[in-house]
Amino acid sequence: MTLLAGRPRVAVAVFPGTWSERDFVHVAGSVLGWEARLLWHTETDLGDADAVVLPGGFAHGDHLRTGAIARFSPIMAAVGAFAAAGGPVIGSCNGFQVLTEAGLLPGALMRNDHLEFRCDWQTLRVEHPSACASWLGDLAEGDLIRLPISHGEGRFVAGAATLDALEASGRVVLRYADDVGRVTADANPNGSERGIAGIVNERGNVLGLMPHPERAAEPEVGGSDGLRLFRSLERWLHDQPAAAERRL
Amino acid sequence: MALRAGIADPEGQTIGSALRSLGYATVAEVRSGKLMRINFEADDHATAEAEVAEMCRRLLANPVMEVASWEIRADEQVGDERALP
Repeated sequence: MTLLAGRPRVAVAVFPGTWSERDFVHVAGSVLGWEARLLWHTETDLGDADAVVLPGGFAHGDHLRTGAIARFSPIMAAVGAFAAAGGPVIGSCNGFQVLTEAGLLPGALMRNDHLEFRCDWQTLRVEHPSACASWLGDLAEGDLIRLPISHGEGRFVAGAATLDALEASGRVVLRYADDVGRVTADANPNGSERGIAGIVNERGNVLGLMPHPERAAEPEVGGSDGLRLFRSLERWLHDQPAAAERRL
Repeated sequence: MALRAGIADPEGQTIGSALRSLGYATVAEVRSGKLMRINFEADDHATAEAEVAEMCRRLLANPVMEVASWEIRADEQVGDERALP
């Protein structure tokens, strides 16, 4: 099956202080040959985007709290409407923080428990990939992937009730793990509750994760597991009549 | 803005151990937080209270991890040292 009118189109939001937007555009545009467009945070229209990316960085200087100011940027109303309509949204690192502040995902990201900025390769265990078919459809339960992390405030917290609800509904989709897939305190780079590295919303179309899939899309940079999220999206878009219709 | 009870506060813990290493052996716990002084106008105390409550709810505190408390003082400026609590 092929896309009716060509390549996936992704919109990449850019806030003052965002730093990973060009990596996303490089992967989507140069590595995969998609259409990728940067959208300044004052934009109110996502155009004909098939998917929206909130990249990593330090939007609005991380002032007050990470993502707290960015959630009020004009583009976030459009992102909220896009998500409400079922459009696939991914927030990586600072993008994840913005999604939680915007209420599109539950919980919050706080200062790493050891207070250090952590920049490293990290093994992640995939859980319930079918709960997020758009971004994880090509991955299988228990898959181990390696992605870079790069953050000082990645400790996922939520109340016990919220954590239990996330677990019960299979919405914890990525956990920090060791090389053989065990979720241990030693494998947890920031003190996140229950080793949570990524969660998805109830509908399954909004994914937030602290790691950086866009920094692991070519073997030359040390790994290409991140590509599997992009490939998942491509396949998912192929299979969506609604996305195909938008292209006509 | 203070962290909710039960939310781990690594910054507070680090400051606590620094204080203990300075010899303040009785320091049992330090909880970190954030203080803001906001200079604004309101017709009366009740209006000011309501407005600050709304500011906290909409922006200043994240209810997932923080609780906010405040004090309203009339006729003081942000830059006025006397306004410090």
